[in-house]
Amino acid sequence: MTHPFCFRIGDRTYSFLYDTESGSLHNVDHVTFLCAKERYGLEFSEQERSEYTAVSLAERDEIKAELEKLVKEGVLDSPCSVTMNKKRVGEVKALCLHICHDCNLRCKYCFADEGTYHTSDRAHMPVEVGVKAVDFLIANSGSRRNLEIDFFGGEPLMNMKTVKAVVEYARSREKETGKTFNFTMTTNCLLLDEENRRWLNENMYNVVLSIDGRREVHNRVRKTPNGKDVFDVILNNALEFRKIRGDKSYYVRGTFTALNLDFADDVLFLNDCGFDQISMEPVVTDIPELAIRKEHIPAILSEYERLARAYIERRKTNKWFNFFHFMIDLEGGPCVIKRLTGCGSGCEYLAVTPRGDIYPCHQFAENKPYYMGNVLKSTDYDLSVSEKFARNIVTRKPECADCIAKYYCSGGCVANNLNFAGSMDTPYELSCLMMRKRMEVSMAIYAIEGQA
Amino acid sequence: MKHINSIVKDGMKKSNIGCGECQSCVTKKPLL
Repeated sequence: MTHPFCFRIGDRTYSFLYDTESGSLHNVDHVTFLCAKERYGLEFSEQERSEYTAVSLAERDEIKAELEKLVKEGVLDSPCSVTMNKKRVGEVKALCLHICHDCNLRCKYCFADEGTYHTSDRAHMPVEVGVKAVDFLIANSGSRRNLEIDFFGGEPLMNMKTVKAVVEYARSREKETGKTFNFTMTTNCLLLDEENRRWLNENMYNVVLSIDGRREVHNRVRKTPNGKDVFDVILNNALEFRKIRGDKSYYVRGTFTALNLDFADDVLFLNDCGFDQISMEPVVTDIPELAIRKEHIPAILSEYERLARAYIERRKTNKWFNFFHFMIDLEGGPCVIKRLTGCGSGCEYLAVTPRGDIYPCHQFAENKPYYMGNVLKSTDYDLSVSEKFARNIVTRKPECADCIAKYYCSGGCVANNLNFAGSMDTPYELSCLMMRKRMEVSMAIYAIEGQA
Repeated sequence: MKHINSIVKDGMKKSNIGCGECQSCVTKKPLL
């Protein structure tokens, strides 16, 4: 499937054709873009219809010949040649450890019900459960050498005793098992004091710092249990961490809602603060005042384009930054197997709750129909749940067949699909619309930054 | 090619090893 798209910056409009199946990107002139829209049956605007009508038959034939040359080369209109029946089941390489089902913030949009995952006791994971989770991971990792543990919550900094014990225990088993552990943490930064900053910097492969952007945006949805605004404390802690982090992996991750559809300003604000690794995710919630609805999509897509224009300009200056959703590698991206299997939830990526219960991922925690076992009871787990996830492959989804983003989004988040589209196999339409725009913008940036 | 400037050809081929070790949520001229 070939996708024509445009990107405007300054007084220039660049036109592109992307062939999804071969992974080929072609920059074309405006006349060719019009001919491509006609070729693929896309709707013209009135102006485009008028411009296309004015193109001579000779020029149309010339363009058609060039397009057919690419077809013969296999880099345009190429057929789908990728097949995969199911993902590998029975080998686990990553665990999300729910260090506590408790939190020191009450973010309005939290999918985990203010960190509790709809439980009542705000449980903290005992050291014993953390250690058993490491044993579970090693026992089920098969031939995998690189294993990952993500410290998640709630707020994981509320239970550093277990975090430190897990890291120490896992490291102690590396030599004997031939495994290497990489640790990551997602934190709201409220307890990111000097001691925690130093320890995380030394022990974490990646740290995700949750800040939503501008003070008023952040404070509106991320308050303490007694309703206090803590933006200044959080920003200061995050900036102090950034100072000592150097070149090691971190990023600031924000969430935008229906209340800040001008989220490009939040991204640029975070960059102005001094952060150079930034992500901004659309909220996934059913809270009416915050939820992204279909009528918001045109504004959101325009905002991604506005952000991209500012992004290109800033990356030429001392305000260079990396935006997570504009990263793309068209020439050495993830291997085909990875593109088809995506995040690995339910198969190679599982979550463990404070009590040791095992679920397909953090989004499914405490969702009883997806219970898979308990690390305190056994290193075995219910593979029948994994089997359900193993068939969740992008090439098996008819809605994804002609999508420009199919080999970069891998069919979308299973939990979002289930919660908002009704089935883990059905992509959530609003996520798809945003993902496609991010793909187009990312490819345009790639081409513009790469030109001589 | 007068009308088309190929930025990347066959990116998918350049990417099928599936070593399973990665993390688990080849091309330069002015654009037309």
